[in-house]
Amino acid sequence: MTTTAARTRARSSWRVIDIIIASVLGVATGLIFWVWNSIGFAWTTAMDALTPGFGGLALGIWLLGGVIGGLVIRKPGAAIFVEVLAAAVSALLGNQWGIETLYHGIAQGIGAELVFAAFAYRRFTLPVAMLAGAGASVGNFLVSLFTSANIAKSLAFNSIYLTCGVISGVILAGLLGHWLVKALAGTGALDRFAAGRKRV
Amino acid sequence: MNLLAGINPVTRILALILLTTPLLLSVDIVSAAVALGFTLLAAPLCGVSWGRLLRRGWPILMAAPLAAVPMALYGRPEGETYLHFLLIHVTDNSLQLAAAIFVRVLAVGLPVVVLSADVDPTDLGDGLAQVLRLPARFVLGAVAATRLVTLFRDDLDSMRRARRARGIADQGRIRHFLTLAFGLLVLSLRRGTKLATAMEARGFNRVAEHGRTWARESTLSGRDGVVMSVCLVASVAAIGIAVAVGSFRFLGVA
Amino acid sequence: MTALVEARGLGWRHASRVDPALENISLRLERGEKVLLTGRSGAGKSTLLAALAGLLGDEEDGDQTGTLTIDGTVGMVLQDPDSQVIASRVGDDVAFGCENLRIPREEIWPRVRRALDLVGLDLPLDHPTRHLSGGQKQRLALAGVIAMGADLILLDEPTANLDPVGQREVVEAVTAVAAETDATLFVVEHRPQLWVPLMDRFLHLDEDGLHESTAAGLPAPPVLPAARGVAPGTPPLVSARDLQTIWGPPRTLDLPQGASTVITGPNGAGKSTLALTLAGLLDPVGGELTYAEELRQGLRKSPHAWSSRQLAQRVGYVFQDPEHQFVARTVAEEMAVSGGPQERIDELLHRLRLTHLAEANPFTLSGGEKRRLSVATALVNAPALLVLDEPTFGQDPTTFVELVGMVRELTDRGVTVASITHDELYAHALGDHLVEVR
Repeated sequence: MTTTAARTRARSSWRVIDIIIASVLGVATGLIFWVWNSIGFAWTTAMDALTPGFGGLALGIWLLGGVIGGLVIRKPGAAIFVEVLAAAVSALLGNQWGIETLYHGIAQGIGAELVFAAFAYRRFTLPVAMLAGAGASVGNFLVSLFTSANIAKSLAFNSIYLTCGVISGVILAGLLGHWLVKALAGTGALDRFAAGRKRV
Repeated sequence: MNLLAGINPVTRILALILLTTPLLLSVDIVSAAVALGFTLLAAPLCGVSWGRLLRRGWPILMAAPLAAVPMALYGRPEGETYLHFLLIHVTDNSLQLAAAIFVRVLAVGLPVVVLSADVDPTDLGDGLAQVLRLPARFVLGAVAATRLVTLFRDDLDSMRRARRARGIADQGRIRHFLTLAFGLLVLSLRRGTKLATAMEARGFNRVAEHGRTWARESTLSGRDGVVMSVCLVASVAAIGIAVAVGSFRFLGVA
Repeated sequence: MTALVEARGLGWRHASRVDPALENISLRLERGEKVLLTGRSGAGKSTLLAALAGLLGDEEDGDQTGTLTIDGTVGMVLQDPDSQVIASRVGDDVAFGCENLRIPREEIWPRVRRALDLVGLDLPLDHPTRHLSGGQKQRLALAGVIAMGADLILLDEPTANLDPVGQREVVEAVTAVAAETDATLFVVEHRPQLWVPLMDRFLHLDEDGLHESTAAGLPAPPVLPAARGVAPGTPPLVSARDLQTIWGPPRTLDLPQGASTVITGPNGAGKSTLALTLAGLLDPVGGELTYAEELRQGLRKSPHAWSSRQLAQRVGYVFQDPEHQFVARTVAEEMAVSGGPQERIDELLHRLRLTHLAEANPFTLSGGEKRRLSVATALVNAPALLVLDEPTFGQDPTTFVELVGMVRELTDRGVTVASITHDELYAHALGDHLVEVR
């Protein structure tokens, strides 16, 4: 019996299942964003309005798309695609930021993507997830300099905002995202992915 | 009357980008006000009365002051100081920026209300793939996933009842909500996996190498060009006027 | 003339499994043949279909052995009607396959129209797909495959999740397709009787491989003892008089104690709504609904006002889709969720042959195992009433027989059971009391 040798090279081209599952994750995350907009809106605006930048602590949820996308799909572009799709969906559902949401999605997605790329798309452990969350939050910080004109705010504000954002990204996107992927893998819903099988 | 009738869904997005992005270059009240004025004038011509603008746009109206306040409190201190407490620094500059950002949030947000309409995801997907030439597989995947996830509404009732029948619906609302949300996510992923197989069973896996044709044609007509040009002119003019008047402040810092 | 399909020594092992799903399969299909494949659950039928459809995946998903050559376009209709709908409008859905095959736009729409006519779907092209019935959705998928001009049409248990009307619609549509085109048909079914008139070749797949068979060699439908009828004078556990639910006309019916009631009726009549209302999960709109003391066990208000916990101890409900009910990470946790005594949990797991799966995640179980688990969780609190909504949907014959046996055991122990079903065999075996809902 001839056996085709199992080639275990890392495939960087997307299968149909990759695209569809990434899309489902993107749309579902977009819904989560939209729900969080109502909750997080109250927090960020209250915090932002009163405190110098602590509103950044609620940021993490909006960074989930890129982290989860990268952890599940594990291919180049996954973080960007899922985050941008999520942002687009939440914008289409209607929020107070309109087109800026899209820019945030792109910047946040790139932030997470760069982290996964730095690890050559081979490592997907919890520290990597947390770093990706941090990366996404840096992306958000940079784009907010323009969209929220944060560049015109004081240095104190921006430092606190960045720090809070990174903390939130690490915990609410990195830690939570990693846990969520593990939980999903446990249900067998990710069986066609390496993330769903018993390796890290 | 509706000047926007019959335009490609993609045009709506592009027009939005063209109308609002240049405004992000400056935090000044003149450019924002000009753009806002344009939007208010154009809205009724696009089938959105001011009443409807108000009704649909209330989140934006709420967001504007909430964006202005942090600017007023934490904007870079310049000019006369009105209040100084810990890190709060209300000055001439921060107040000026606050007013400007207030108007700018409206100028950037309200066009969304005017330009958005109930767009069928399939038609939007056609436009994104055929007009903007975004990768076909990803666009189609996104459209299919959107349809799939919207089915969750039927599942929701079923899952709620199942939890009541199992004796666990008496728990806290948040926990209940979270387990439901998780269950729906799992369901969507499993359906997505089956959908991927179904799409491949209809030749979708060939698209990567061979490309595909499109049953519905998505094109840009003259009207699309006009709408986009008008939006571009409006935002550039807003910036231009601000420069001419001397009010232009690059990113609010110059 | 070359064969349409030629497989030699074909084998496949999924990446996450140890044993191969298929081993040493050799098969030759000619153009225009109509083949029926039967075999036990888990024998590898779906894997074989996937191989023929080119859907097995690549090195990432598993290992392939042997060769498989297919000389033509392949299209497949899957088992679950809902998961096959790709677009939100009928015409777009059928056109999807054509687009992927790079058929020019001018040719696509005539093909779409022809395909829809062939399967008997006389609908406008912009009809929303979510309003289609199960049978219509399956026919829609078939139309999509025909429009592609498939030379080989694969059908993976296409009628498993359909009611009798839907099943007939699909068989008729496939018959029409076979008559008008010379496509090769390859059908996998647990309920082969419907397909026998159409087929000209019969295959059977088991642990020893693929065998040629005949119509006579097809597994016969299971023979079950007939229903018992209800002893006169049996008091009703639940009694409805002119009950008005949120769907359908007012209804009057009884659920006799300790007997198995079967609720039948056409699709859309409101059977599920009725069952949910009787079980206290949906509020009635009007009319009278009385519950015997055996069910109430001391509570006075109506079940709709009971707390979730109180309800679970008295009424068990098994939903049509087991996955809607799963809330825990393992089977053991799932059983423990409603707080029943451990001895009962162990006993139920044992009786339903789920003990070896106690640590598995409920979502990873097979269809039959999921069904057994959903029944087990409903029985944990020893309810006086058990309601089952389409318990045999999509189940293979073995699970079917098991379920019937289990329900009969329950009624022997005095539990009142009510089942909604389309299945005539189930109604014949368990229809002590028959209620028809129109």
